Amino acid sequence: MKHMTEEELIAYREGVAEQRAAISEHLAACVECRGELARLEAVLAALDSLPVPDPGADYGREVWKEIAPRLAERPGRWWQVWMEPRRLTAAGGILALIITAFVVGRFTKRGNTGENVENKELVRERILVVAVGEHLGHSERMLIELSNEAPNDPKQKEVDISAEQRRAEDLLQDNRLYRQTAMQEGDAGLASVLDELERVLLDVAHSSGEVTPAQLEAIQKKIEARGILFKVRVVNKELQQRQEAAKPAPAQNESAKRERNKA
Amino acid sequence: MIRMQQSVDSTQAIADSDAVAVERTLAGDRDAYRVLVERHSHNVFRLAYRMTGNRHDAEEVVQEAFLRGYQKLGQFAARANFGTWVYRIAANYAIDRMRQRHKEEARREAPRAKHRDEMGDDPLNHVHDKAPTPERLTQSIELRKQMEQALAALSEAERTAFVMRHWEGCGIEEIAEVLKSSSNATKNTVFRAVQKLRKTLQPFVGTRSQASAMGTES
Repeated sequence: MKHMTEEELIAYREGVAEQRAAISEHLAACVECRGELARLEAVLAALDSLPVPDPGADYGREVWKEIAPRLAERPGRWWQVWMEPRRLTAAGGILALIITAFVVGRFTKRGNTGENVENKELVRERILVVAVGEHLGHSERMLIELSNEAPNDPKQKEVDISAEQRRAEDLLQDNRLYRQTAMQEGDAGLASVLDELERVLLDVAHSSGEVTPAQLEAIQKKIEARGILFKVRVVNKELQQRQEAAKPAPAQNESAKRERNKA
Repeated sequence: MIRMQQSVDSTQAIADSDAVAVERTLAGDRDAYRVLVERHSHNVFRLAYRMTGNRHDAEEVVQEAFLRGYQKLGQFAARANFGTWVYRIAANYAIDRMRQRHKEEARREAPRAKHRDEMGDDPLNHVHDKAPTPERLTQSIELRKQMEQALAALSEAERTAFVMRHWEGCGIEEIAEVLKSSSNATKNTVFRAVQKLRKTLQPFVGTRSQASAMGTES
């Protein structure tokens, strides 16, 4: 008797077999193939036991709360997304930097094509450096304030961290954008720190506006355990140094990026 | 009071169907989109979690899927199913996110990746050095870890195909559309994914009894 191949059994199990009836017939008569299918099913059954966390009954509402401020009045028009106040501010900042870079470029000596490409990369990176530096500064201040929060009175049952929570929500959206940009720019070191920062911001943004002293302590311990404040400070310092350097040579710049990626 | 009643009626009308909610959203009623978000968030989260393997990324995928869905709603064909459509957007974004993660991890763990390349990209290599022992087999935590590693070792396409077919019950055509691939190639991707998972996990999973094998048809 010709036995079923592994591919045929997988196709049968996953419901994509073309000759399903023939395979069923064979399985009814063949102990060996049934055993093989049972072994396959045992693996799949184990995988089925992998839990998916329950995001909670209010999850839909939470998602809406997160995305609602980022939606344009009407869908389908891409340019409206850029008309949101938050994005408009960010876009304005970036535009100002681009115009400055353009004007500076007009008054500096034109180099060859290779140099122009390098200059373009440099300008792009400077824009990211300035914007991210500012973002890291805001994040650091929020985290310091949160780390220093404490109940005024030992008997106090709840501590109000709603201000930090709202700031974390705002920072979260910018952080996501900068992380994605850093990844696209190949700056894995920066993207990695922003990724870690995002997790902390997510924790704070998702926490309740009023927390018990124990919950506050847990949040503070989490911030401390991740060492995120230190990492943010180090990266921010480095970004400031890059910003302050009047004309960093592209080669040096790349080497700095590589060094941070290594770290 | 009358206004409140009208509002309740209006919300009820929106909840009646996704198609109505889509139409209303396109007509400028932004709150109508809220109905769609609240209705489909859990399903999209489940898909995103299974694809990315962690809550943080899954939440990002859900948000991004609904944001992109809103931005592209004008391109959405009214006859299509909104749930399936946003699901597809989420799957596509999850693939991008997984790619980013892999790149990020590859950069962060360059020496380990180099070692993995030298060993060949066989998921078996991830577990060969950890021969199953009776103690380990009794630990469901260890099995869970092995399963998560085995899933993480799949390529983005394999994981997508497996999650969408095995867990989410999507049709091959639908998966093929997400993977931008042909039906046959997608079927092969599903086979490859299951084969790899089986090779990796078989040593850690006990076989079922012969008796249970009699009722295998599903």
